[in-house]
Amino acid sequence: MASSCTQLCLQGRNLLRSKAVARTWQYNTQVRHCITRGSSKILNDCSINNGNHTTTQTRQRWKQQLFCYSDLATKHLATEALENKNVEETSTADVVAYKSPLLPIRDAVSVPNMPLDLDAAAEVSALELISEEEAVSITVPSDIPPASISLKDYVDKSETLSKLVQLGVDLWKLEQRPNVGSMLLKLDFNTDVAPRLLFLKDIGVDESRFGHIITENPFVLTESLENLHSRVNFLESQKFSSEIVASMVSRAPYILNFTVKRLDNRMGFYQQILKLSASNTRHILARLPRLLCCSLEPVKENLKVCEMELGFKENEIQHIVITVPKVLTANKRKLTQIFDFVHNTMKVPHDLIAKFPQVLNCRFMRIRERHQFLEYLGKAQYNPDLPNYISLERLVIIPNDIFCTELALAKSADFSLFQKTL
Amino acid sequence: MATPAIRMFRKIEGLFCVYKPAGVHWKLVRGSIETSLLKALNATPSQPLPTEVRFLALPVSEAEAPKGLTLSAASMPVLSKHPLVTGPEFQNIKVGVGHRLDASSSGVLVLAVGNGNKVLNNLYNTRVTRDYTLEGEFGTATDDFSHTGRIVERSTYGHITKDKLERVLAMLQGANQKALLLYSNVDMRSQEAYEMAVRGLLGPDGKSLPILTGLRCIHFEPPNFTLEVQCINETQKYLRKVVHEIGLELRSTAVCRGVRRTRDGPFTLQDALTRDHWAASDVIQAIGKKRSSKKKSKTQTKDSPLQPSEETTTVNQVKPVREQQ
Repeated sequence: MASSCTQLCLQGRNLLRSKAVARTWQYNTQVRHCITRGSSKILNDCSINNGNHTTTQTRQRWKQQLFCYSDLATKHLATEALENKNVEETSTADVVAYKSPLLPIRDAVSVPNMPLDLDAAAEVSALELISEEEAVSITVPSDIPPASISLKDYVDKSETLSKLVQLGVDLWKLEQRPNVGSMLLKLDFNTDVAPRLLFLKDIGVDESRFGHIITENPFVLTESLENLHSRVNFLESQKFSSEIVASMVSRAPYILNFTVKRLDNRMGFYQQILKLSASNTRHILARLPRLLCCSLEPVKENLKVCEMELGFKENEIQHIVITVPKVLTANKRKLTQIFDFVHNTMKVPHDLIAKFPQVLNCRFMRIRERHQFLEYLGKAQYNPDLPNYISLERLVIIPNDIFCTELALAKSADFSLFQKTL
Repeated sequence: MATPAIRMFRKIEGLFCVYKPAGVHWKLVRGSIETSLLKALNATPSQPLPTEVRFLALPVSEAEAPKGLTLSAASMPVLSKHPLVTGPEFQNIKVGVGHRLDASSSGVLVLAVGNGNKVLNNLYNTRVTRDYTLEGEFGTATDDFSHTGRIVERSTYGHITKDKLERVLAMLQGANQKALLLYSNVDMRSQEAYEMAVRGLLGPDGKSLPILTGLRCIHFEPPNFTLEVQCINETQKYLRKVVHEIGLELRSTAVCRGVRRTRDGPFTLQDALTRDHWAASDVIQAIGKKRSSKKKSKTQTKDSPLQPSEETTTVNQVKPVREQQ
């Protein structure tokens, strides 16, 4: 087993300076297993069936490697079994070594039973006096666990993760999604994350939104830059201005992960199903960019509901959608409940509702309580031709205290008392 | 050690009541309150990050040999304690609900947060009465006794007068009083029974059949009428059934249009918070008010022990609970 371990370590980039207990060697091999570059190669090469003749070979190679390093290192070649030390270079490149401890650790190496032959290495006593430089170059083994369910064990040691936290990315939310945590650990800040943040800055996204964008869509960091550029260029070719593109990206970050063909199909779908002009479609998508990312079945169903169940005509639906695009993604049951109350109980005709579609976007309880209060006061009059007309829009949008003083001409305390009698 | 969030949580712990609107399941009400309290708790300013001294290698140019002490000590914040990495301080809080209200009823719903849940348990183990307002309508009978059910029967109600209604209510009340005495597990001819009756403590202990301790009509305008009920151990469905039975007794039919709870033990409509006041600050205020009013009534009842009215009996029984609190 010792020789298998040494072979792995030689072909890896880190040097094991100590001959330690077999258990720790196994730990090290497990960690080294996960080095992605050439890891498969390592495993293939160390298919050791009978290790006896390779032991001396590997030990010689090991010694050769050691002599390449500075003289200071040689004193720490072999130690007592109790010491277990790892080299940990403090450069960021080495954090990559701990890239995917969250991946399942494969115990692929079949370790043959072999005695750990420590005679060849030089023996150094732990009580020996050493110089200051040597003391400095002793490294402490890190306490990073090989596998963990949380990113907080790695955040202090990983430059990528620390910089993401400083940007405002919610790592706690992301680590709950499967595989996202290990993906983030594998990224290198300078080669992966930084170019994409610069790209976002170029298209005009505000820096304070970076955290939100990465929290919503961490896969923007693994998307290739040419794809990102092509998608933004496509949106600009569809005559969206650059500020609008920036706001769309920052509100619906998944747009950057959709292929150009898919975005094109969706835009065509909205234009065709709503029968709107291109500029109106652009207006809707600019207001609710989520429409480009969400699934299209609920939108189709909502439109059918508006047409058949609620009985709106096509031009009324168009007007509603242009004013309040959220109706396309609203809950069908709530939509029918609100419409039923407004049309049948408040006796508001279709064209008035189409004129003030904000009413369909509001909370049902609010409309009901306010209407009942106005009815109790005798002020529930929604016909624009008659005097004392109350517009639906005002009924729904304004906050409670203004509603009480201006529309109902009563005190807020009276409204609370009335609510308790319902 | 107590963070501002924990200090705020201590203030939120306690009992308060909320006005549940009709048409909403009580779980949704409990959920919205929990969400708004969590939002306020996690919005408190977080503690500054602890710092740790780390030794960083200074960047060394290639020409120099890698020897000599090129490390510098720097005090850096420990990012693993940052709230974006550990998650919010409070992820859920225990919000308990008192006697439940079904979806189509409205009224006072008692909620307890954190430690208040224990008090809630004790409160409901004692004999607690509740006040309801039932709106009824003569002329139809439905399968689930409410006006939204499937109509089973229609009848005339022209013959019903307030007089007849009151007679029926009196009969019902009499039957309920008998049940009250029956369930109180005391021999009616003993001294003990007399003393309990004087203090108003006669009644079932714990679970039993629903009993109406008080019943009267406050509004009568055929076909609509309104009843005020005081009861123990009831469910809203039972109350609707009572309306239905009143209709049957009057040789007509009746459905219940609305069940509204106006009082649950010591919690009245005045203390109830409406939908716009479900934020944490209002909740803290309500809890504080309830605590101080409880203390006041505690000192008052100590002065006047022999009041057999309903209100003070509940207060008396709640007293041992409060001492534990």
